[in-house]
Amino acid sequence: MPQTPPPGLGRTLSRYGGPVLAHLAVLALWQAVASLPSMPAYILPSPVETLATLGDPGNAWVSNTLVTATEIVGGFAIAVVVGVGIALLFSWSRTMLDWGMPLLVTLNMIPKVALGPIIIVWMSYGIGTNTVIAFAICFFPIVITTARGLAEIEPEMLYLARSLRATKWQIFRKIQFPGSLPYIFSGMKVAAVLAVAGAIVGEFIGSERGLGYLMLQVQINLDTATMFMCVLLISMIGMLLYGAVDLLERLTFGKEDGG
Amino acid sequence: MKDAAFIALENVRKVYGAGGSTPYTALSDVTLAVDEGELVSIVGPSGCGKSTLLMILAGLTTHEGGTVRIGTEAAPFDPSRDIGMVFQQALLLNWRTILDNVLLPAELLHLPMKPARDRARALLDLVGLGGQEEKYPRQLSGGQRQRVAIARALIHDPRLIMMDEPFGALDALTREKMNLELLRIWEASGKTILFVTHGISEAVLLGSRIAVMTAGPARMAAAIDVDLPYPRTLDMKTHERFGDYTRQVYDLLGMT
Ligand SMILES: Nc1ncnc2c1ncn2[C@@H]1O[C@H](COP(=O)(O)OP(=O)(O)OP(=O)(O)O)[C@@H](O)[C@H]1O
Ligand SMILES: [Mg+2]
Repeated sequence: MPQTPPPGLGRTLSRYGGPVLAHLAVLALWQAVASLPSMPAYILPSPVETLATLGDPGNAWVSNTLVTATEIVGGFAIAVVVGVGIALLFSWSRTMLDWGMPLLVTLNMIPKVALGPIIIVWMSYGIGTNTVIAFAICFFPIVITTARGLAEIEPEMLYLARSLRATKWQIFRKIQFPGSLPYIFSGMKVAAVLAVAGAIVGEFIGSERGLGYLMLQVQINLDTATMFMCVLLISMIGMLLYGAVDLLERLTFGKEDGG
Repeated sequence: MKDAAFIALENVRKVYGAGGSTPYTALSDVTLAVDEGELVSIVGPSGCGKSTLLMILAGLTTHEGGTVRIGTEAAPFDPSRDIGMVFQQALLLNWRTILDNVLLPAELLHLPMKPARDRARALLDLVGLGGQEEKYPRQLSGGQRQRVAIARALIHDPRLIMMDEPFGALDALTREKMNLELLRIWEASGKTILFVTHGISEAVLLGSRIAVMTAGPARMAAAIDVDLPYPRTLDMKTHERFGDYTRQVYDLLGMT
């Protein structure tokens, strides 16, 4: 164990003080640079100007944010279900693995972003389309990490279980699946970040709602402050999603470290 | 037919990839009889098929010739309930407490959990880990993990314990300590133990008999009776007779 931090307030400060200060410093630097007389607002709006855009009802912040969040979380959730599902099939059937995995690797070589316009032709544009794009871009890492986690079981552990005539289901439930959880969580974290990119790309290609759509609208007027605000909100959605995965992971493994 | 030994292996032959293009004979002719309650050390050069032999006994792989019998008509052997295994790696599930790790076989076998839990505590006491039931594997040393693995192998009260180089990953001092512990556990439990090892002196110290296997492909060269009294102690290693047995094993392995 590294050195024990001091208890109480001191401990909280030493743990969070650094990160908070670092963020505040960047914010201050941003404000300072943006306040330079030679800096036009359409190049770099200040934090204050950026926040002020929230007051403009024309931007429909709530509904646009909800649309984008729905696409991100939806695409991510479907990717987790489908990705873990496919990895399970792979681990249960050798044939599925031998046929399916190379196919998936090939499919993953396709830049998912390039599929956007095609998906729009198929589905027309809207929340569903962007959800599908978010899904497509983030489900592969989940399949790969989950499949790797499920395959991780030591051969001797299998012998041990089989010497007790454990069923395939028992081995899965008691050994394989819990053992793969750390892998699944790390796949989900990668996916959480990718899903955000997927949804925004979808909105850029074609949409009539969402923060990505709003960015394109205000870009015409060089309203950089609103664009900044969009980026901030998109980042916050991503951070919340990532934080939720992280929290779930902590809750799952929490008691293990508590001892 | 011979009298009813607990384990009777006769002319056992194992070919990996039989029928394929590159069959590999791992065991050519293994004959061995083990009585219930014996602790038999199995030694032999790397790759001679010791692990394979245990796999066959555990029913985890087939054999292509000879006969394998465990148990007697009077006391039939239940392969699902009567085998406990310990490997070089402790193979503990790091998300389970030590107690729950020991309980894994009981869960897989659907044994009644309440008595099993009491038994698991008693076994952890037996292996010297009393009071540490709620710890997690990562909080243990290598030797302690192996103790847990031994307790796990005993939880379902199997008649046969098979150990494949169980102390191979431990440092020399811990290993000798574990040898004494194993002897104590064996004497307390009365189990039949097959103990695969690369350590000749470990084999002599532990075994009531030593089965020596030779490579290329494996045969059972001989089984030496080790006529040293139990309880055995580390200072027996300095006895002349201990040296004699050690030399015999080296001779059979063609290493002198
Ligand atoms: N599943 C398998 N398929 C093909 N060959 C195998 C398989 N398992 C083991 N073998 C071969 O059979 C031989 C005996 O293997 P085994 O693991 O039983 O040896 P061992 O005596 O336990 O060796 P070590 O002391 O190194 O553990 C080796 O040559 C090995 O390469
Ligand atoms: Mg081996």
